[in-house]
Amino acid sequence: MNAPAELARTMANASTDNLGYQQFQLGSFGFRRDEYFAHITWTTRDGRPMSHTLDVGNYLRALMRDVAWGFFYGWVNFDNVIGTVNHYKSVDMYAGSFNGTMKEAGVDMLENFPTDQIREVFEAMLDDWTNSTFDPFSAPQETGSPYGRKNGNSTEKITRARELAKRCVGLKGDLDLRSDQRGAPVNRAFLDVQQDQPELHPEPGFENEVHAFNLFGFLSRSQVTWNPSFTSVVKHSYMCPTTEEHILPIIHGNDRVEWFFQMTDEIHWDCGDKNTGKPMARVIMKAGDMAAMPAYCRHQGFSPKRSMLLVWENGSPSLVYEIQKGESPEIPVSF
Amino acid sequence: MTATYQTRFGSLKDFEKGRVEPIDDDVKHYAMSNCFDIASKSQPYEKVVFGQNQIYVLETLRAEGASPWFTCAHDEFALVMDGTVEIHLVQLDAEQAVADTEKNGAVLLEGEPQGKKMGWMKLTRGHQGMLPKNTAYQFRVAGDPGVLIMQTCKGDLSVEKWAEICQTQ
Repeated sequence: MNAPAELARTMANASTDNLGYQQFQLGSFGFRRDEYFAHITWTTRDGRPMSHTLDVGNYLRALMRDVAWGFFYGWVNFDNVIGTVNHYKSVDMYAGSFNGTMKEAGVDMLENFPTDQIREVFEAMLDDWTNSTFDPFSAPQETGSPYGRKNGNSTEKITRARELAKRCVGLKGDLDLRSDQRGAPVNRAFLDVQQDQPELHPEPGFENEVHAFNLFGFLSRSQVTWNPSFTSVVKHSYMCPTTEEHILPIIHGNDRVEWFFQMTDEIHWDCGDKNTGKPMARVIMKAGDMAAMPAYCRHQGFSPKRSMLLVWENGSPSLVYEIQKGESPEIPVSF
Repeated sequence: MTATYQTRFGSLKDFEKGRVEPIDDDVKHYAMSNCFDIASKSQPYEKVVFGQNQIYVLETLRAEGASPWFTCAHDEFALVMDGTVEIHLVQLDAEQAVADTEKNGAVLLEGEPQGKKMGWMKLTRGHQGMLPKNTAYQFRVAGDPGVLIMQTCKGDLSVEKWAEICQTQ
């Protein structure tokens, strides 16, 4: 497929409706929004029209994560019907393909797109459909309404750069610490988190090697929810802590095992079968708890209070293929 | 009126464990444990693996008294979850560095560290310190025991005892 030509065709199909929103086409999928909903349409392999509707706030929160994470690892389910699968050079968009009932009924649709093409359509859709009143990266109590007719935009809020430390936060030349001056005040739910930095006593010449920082303080100043960001790196082992409030806007099915370490407060996870969505377990995590998400499951978290979660990833580029070939297990450890 | 929130931290003296509520799965597949529970039953500085992904691990250490001197051929990081921990660093002379530059995980240093003192740091709850590769490091705790989480690779000193630390049913 010729990506730029295909993209030009896709974007040329974008048109504005009488509510002020653009409509989008991506291969076989059509996208439009109205005052309350996002509507996705496609045609089944035997020619029948199909449609799916999501609350537009939920849709934009999911789209925000998928765009900000560059399609992340594996499956990003917006809900139990639509979502994307990252193949790292290309991305599948699907409807019903990982819903046991829809798959069995043969009404599902999955199409593969070059990453640049799907990204540009998703970015344009996120920008057009997000009004000035709404920040899709925030928890519901922190932002306004996603509903109604087209009303300005939030381009600044939906184009925040992903924060990725190369070695460790706070090192010279690496990701900076967060502060009031840098536009990162302490979140209202973390006002009781200590902001003191560790005592450092380097000998002359070792100022950049004798290094530590206040991770909890750093996280208390996170301006977004559900957004794993790298803070320290050992080879392909990435510490990706994040602050969580309300519901993880996607249901994540990873193509590898990942681990959650609950550092404060509490999150409840719904875990289901990655391919069908069938419920498998609930995982109730409190401060100090550690749990693996097996590679066969999809998961969605619920955090009543803004909490600190360490998402721990193995970013090895060969891992996904080792799991596919059966060389790496879907469960983390056997005992 | 602005709502006030209380952030709930865990500690060795005060922690509450969650649990897996199975619907149609084996709870062991989630390898669920709790770092304060692990540290409450561990020997000082025993490196208990509580997360593993291929060669990489997260370990829970009970931080109590002074640790042996460790070194490692790659960077490691230590996160304090409870207590106050001093970390002392020495830039090792070549003869004491790990000979195999590809070796994974920390090793015990033989004898006292030989090399330049790099300095030290004092960490409390929520602080994360870097342990640069090829340095010798020692943890020192003066008061009550604390809890450390290590980001590292699985090595000779890593202890696996999943059945003892994880929810099994």
